[in-house]
Amino acid sequence: MKNKYSIFSLIKNAFSQHENWKQAWGNPEPKKEYEAVIVGGGGHGLATAYYLAKKHNMKNIAVLEKGWIGGGNTGRNTTIIRSNYLWDASAGLYDHALKIWENLSQELNYNIMFSQRGVMNLAHNLQDVRDLKRRTHANRLNGIDAVWLDTKQVKEFCPIINISQDIRYPVLGGTLQRRAGTARHDAVAWGYARGADAMGVDIIQNCEVKGIKRNGDQVEGLETTKGYIKTKKIGVVAAGHSSVIANMAGLKLPLESKPLQALVSEPVKPIIDTVVMSNAVHAYVSQSDKGELVIGAGTDAYISYTQRGSHDVVEGTLKAILELYPIFSRMKMLRQWGGIVDICPDASPIISKTNIKGLYFNCGWGTGGFKATPGSGDLFAHTIANDEPHKLNAAFNLNRFVSGDLVDEHGAAAVAH
Amino acid sequence: MFIINCPYCGERDQSEFSCGGEAHIVRPKQPTELSDGEWAEYLFMRKNIKGVQFERWNHAHGCRKWFNMVRDTSNDKIHAVYKMGEKPPVI
Repeated sequence: MKNKYSIFSLIKNAFSQHENWKQAWGNPEPKKEYEAVIVGGGGHGLATAYYLAKKHNMKNIAVLEKGWIGGGNTGRNTTIIRSNYLWDASAGLYDHALKIWENLSQELNYNIMFSQRGVMNLAHNLQDVRDLKRRTHANRLNGIDAVWLDTKQVKEFCPIINISQDIRYPVLGGTLQRRAGTARHDAVAWGYARGADAMGVDIIQNCEVKGIKRNGDQVEGLETTKGYIKTKKIGVVAAGHSSVIANMAGLKLPLESKPLQALVSEPVKPIIDTVVMSNAVHAYVSQSDKGELVIGAGTDAYISYTQRGSHDVVEGTLKAILELYPIFSRMKMLRQWGGIVDICPDASPIISKTNIKGLYFNCGWGTGGFKATPGSGDLFAHTIANDEPHKLNAAFNLNRFVSGDLVDEHGAAAVAH
Repeated sequence: MFIINCPYCGERDQSEFSCGGEAHIVRPKQPTELSDGEWAEYLFMRKNIKGVQFERWNHAHGCRKWFNMVRDTSNDKIHAVYKMGEKPPVI
């Protein structure tokens, strides 16, 4: 890799006041034709391009991004990574990603600040207890680390949690995945962009796709704001805007796009050294390295592309946070934002071919796509390169909505959708 | 977040309502005669429009009546509200 980062390059550049670092990726104009084009320069799209170049030797490819890379949901999520899903198909998919996360900083030569601080999922009623215990058993059968904690152990693991049994949703226990944690979301996009660029991938920002040209049932190219680009393979990784791109190709997807909000507090000294999620009250919290509490709220219950979200959703989340963590009652919130998430009826993603030749979709990640970024890119690259799914994403095909073989993670995933 | 003019109750906060998704999807008259593909189309496939969309809403914490609404999903601007069974307005 040109411009390798190391202690030596750091020292060398210190002598020139850090003014001679090379750009981590280029800013090329689009060529007339590519072997494959990835639509969407978020983490998943950049990872797809990276693995297409690295593992499938496709170097003449481009990533088109209508804004700037990592400016969509990659830069808007709460950075939680875990793989404790109930069903075998999901467990395989998300643990594949988690295994890549564990060595990703080394592989990319880019510090993505992956921190395996553990993710705890709380149970607030008897049904939660049964569901979460069942999930720990299912996880362990799939080789995924998971333990059940009783109320006292929850308190020991995260001392600031209020375990009073007199609150509206008392803590009755929880599950813990110790290999789970967080990563720096921007760094993930930047690391993959740098890695892909080094292998010759064109990353084209401020380039919006306006149309998809077909010849019969084969794609031929893309109309973009930077002109027409010819290609036989298009991989769409456009998250909330997947349906918009699909409509250009005359395709309908089983998706609804909704705003999902998150917010951060003013920065404070370290107070919570893990990630705590609560399904029943829909509140999750962790602390960033800067000291901000990172809080995830729920989705708005209607289709919208506004990247804002409703105030009452944030209010509900903060009420729950305050009941579980009374210590936060006087903290001020610093920033709030929304991202548009594409939700499937079964709350599982689609990594699939379509009935149009050369058109592939990686979408439907809903509220939980960040954790899957490396695995999603790897499997989508495999699907595009071979025109066949990998065995790990075979279940996540578009045809499951016709066959009825859904991967129903709605209640089974650790957080409500 | 926005204000919705319920055709029965007048202007109320959006948080009082629940959204029923895309409107004017007609339930097939003979479900048993559909192919799996046609059934999937009816049950799951959605236009999910960015722009002007026709959709169903229910005043869940109010009169609990269903009605239709025309809303621009790119900016949440509401263009029209009309009762169930009424002809959709031309936008």
